[in-house]
Amino acid sequence: MLDNNQLLRFTTAGSVDDGKSTLIGRLLYDSKSIFEDQLVAIENTSRKKGHEGVDLALFTDGLRDEREQGITIDVAYRYFTTPKRKFIIADTPGHIQYTRNMVTGASTANVATILIDARHGVIEQTKRHAFIASLLNIPHIIVCINKMDLVDFSEKIYNKIVTEFEEIASKLLVTDVRFIPMSALLGDNVVNKSENMPWYQGAPMLHTLETMHISSDINKIDARLPIQTVLRPQREGFLDYRGYAGRVASGILRKGDDITVLPSGFTSKIKSINLHNTELDEAYAPMSVSVTLEDDIDISRGDMIVRSNNKPEPSQDIEVMLCWLNNTSAKPRTKYTVKHTSNEQTAMIKEVVYKYDINTLDRISNNSELNMNDIAKVRIRTTKPLMVDSYRENRTTGSIILIDEATNETVAAGMIV
Amino acid sequence: MSKYYLNYLDELESEAIFILREVWAQFDNPVILFSGGKDSILVTHLAKKAFYPAKIPFPLMHVDTGHNFPETIQFRDDIIKDLGVELIVGSVQESIDEGRVAEEKGKNATRNALQITTLLDAIESNKIDCAIGGGRRDEEKARAKERFFSHRDDFGQWDPKNQRPELWNIFNGKHFQGEHFRAFPISNWTEMDVWNYIKRENIAIPSLYFAHEREVVKRDGTWIPNSEFLVLEDHEEVVIKKIRFRTLGDITITGGDESDADTLEKIALEVAGMRNTERGNRSDDKRSESAMEDRKRQGYF
Repeated sequence: MLDNNQLLRFTTAGSVDDGKSTLIGRLLYDSKSIFEDQLVAIENTSRKKGHEGVDLALFTDGLRDEREQGITIDVAYRYFTTPKRKFIIADTPGHIQYTRNMVTGASTANVATILIDARHGVIEQTKRHAFIASLLNIPHIIVCINKMDLVDFSEKIYNKIVTEFEEIASKLLVTDVRFIPMSALLGDNVVNKSENMPWYQGAPMLHTLETMHISSDINKIDARLPIQTVLRPQREGFLDYRGYAGRVASGILRKGDDITVLPSGFTSKIKSINLHNTELDEAYAPMSVSVTLEDDIDISRGDMIVRSNNKPEPSQDIEVMLCWLNNTSAKPRTKYTVKHTSNEQTAMIKEVVYKYDINTLDRISNNSELNMNDIAKVRIRTTKPLMVDSYRENRTTGSIILIDEATNETVAAGMIV
Repeated sequence: MSKYYLNYLDELESEAIFILREVWAQFDNPVILFSGGKDSILVTHLAKKAFYPAKIPFPLMHVDTGHNFPETIQFRDDIIKDLGVELIVGSVQESIDEGRVAEEKGKNATRNALQITTLLDAIESNKIDCAIGGGRRDEEKARAKERFFSHRDDFGQWDPKNQRPELWNIFNGKHFQGEHFRAFPISNWTEMDVWNYIKRENIAIPSLYFAHEREVVKRDGTWIPNSEFLVLEDHEEVVIKKIRFRTLGDITITGGDESDADTLEKIALEVAGMRNTERGNRSDDKRSESAMEDRKRQGYF
């Protein structure tokens, strides 16, 4: 691997029937990311189950219950590396009852892959997956039109599905959408180019993943450093040292920059930027650094350092797209803990503006109940202002989670409108 | 602006440092679980980076099975001295002596599963609310489902079907009295990433990882080191081979591979060409298809 190789995170959504597990198995197998002992174990299991040949889908088996039921329940993470990139797959279930798992897997992805069974074309589930990719603002979408072998590798069918999908995409906020006709079972256009579909001029899936431009996925404009902790070494030579430690959420911070600390509003200049014992001239997302300032000001966890000429909005009344993640339904007027970057406050859901029917994408406005897997636009009020950006502009400073104070469970994920 | 991106190792490092700082900020009494293996050494190295110029602000904890490679213990003591941090030792031998657990019998007996009780006892008696581990999701299928911040109930148990969703980089470490968390800062690293990073940073690791001559016995297709704990079968013969260990566990269950890789460069090259997973030589994982899942549910690392 080369030193400048990047990391690409992608999510796969689909059900067993779409061939999602087969696709992942095929990617790992054809890119030689599967070890011999894993292969032997899969061969044995395939034989036991009476499958012909090696069932590639078995590579993605996880917990005992999932093996027994033959389904994916939770998000599973898989890894492979090629000479060009390192990849992390968030393998998520596709069924409506696991919407929350899809949202979880999508939250950190650069790329969403959406599987379509060529025999069935665009179905309700496809719409739902595209909607989640759009809602979570995943920068790139690859639509895998799978099982082309079962429709005689027909270009006509492929084109029809592309048109159907583009119609949905036109109603969503998605920018970069690519289509690949494939057969994960036979290996066509996954790693190797298909000989059965000479009419397809594009690249196979792996090549697409290896070469797509992802450096611009992170916001490089709005400098934001949420403070996680303050480093105060009790040792000689560092007695006056105050290092403000955090991971740059977006933008670029440079030595000498005029900065403002939020929410206090105090201003200063960046004196130094450090990573371990190295001093840096600049830091950019997603680097973990610590900075020192020219002036001695009071800063603690939950504060944010920003450039003085570009600040987020302090806000107590916040509109968010909320995905409810918990079995216990949302209760109106109940207090929840809201976490936003390293900041933590108390919040209340004031109003459900509308809910989505996530199969038809229709808005439902006369139903304010929020149950597991529901996605809704809501208004929340916090006890103190949060320093927010819109999620579309900034995935880190535009996202929140809600925690139920009675159970400590994470009950909702929100994207600030 | 295209130069403003991180390579994969820098991104993994940055993510791990972020997690370690979150642990420090969200918990009262965290520890690093330190086994002397490369993954816990890596986590310790990352913690050093995360808090510099301050010292690592929490202790290292070793669950000592008593069946150690002598080299591992020496390495542990050296690193503790070097970092100037506290060491907490949970002793499996003491758990046996106190009758908390019973020793396994027979040829392939190990103290692997006994560690669970010792670990949970040490967590409780030291009032630890977060134990940071070097577990990686690529190691094993049950670990692929693990969270960065992983909740344990007041019996120390993991409930894989009822895990908290983890979105973006927002981590929820809230817990009730008696419960604790496990945190896994290097969840997203693969074995190859670990070696590439150790090589890049020139991190000190025990000599056992480098090819060396050693007394070994062929058992179940791997070279088991000879030691005072090994019970030889009649047909087994102790021979001297040049081997290295790909992972380090108890001396009784960790198999070595024949190898000439005696530098980090050679190890990285060798690992890149490996055709078997690194836990393939660990008899503790071979016991059943869900051996790891079952142990993890009970409170294993």
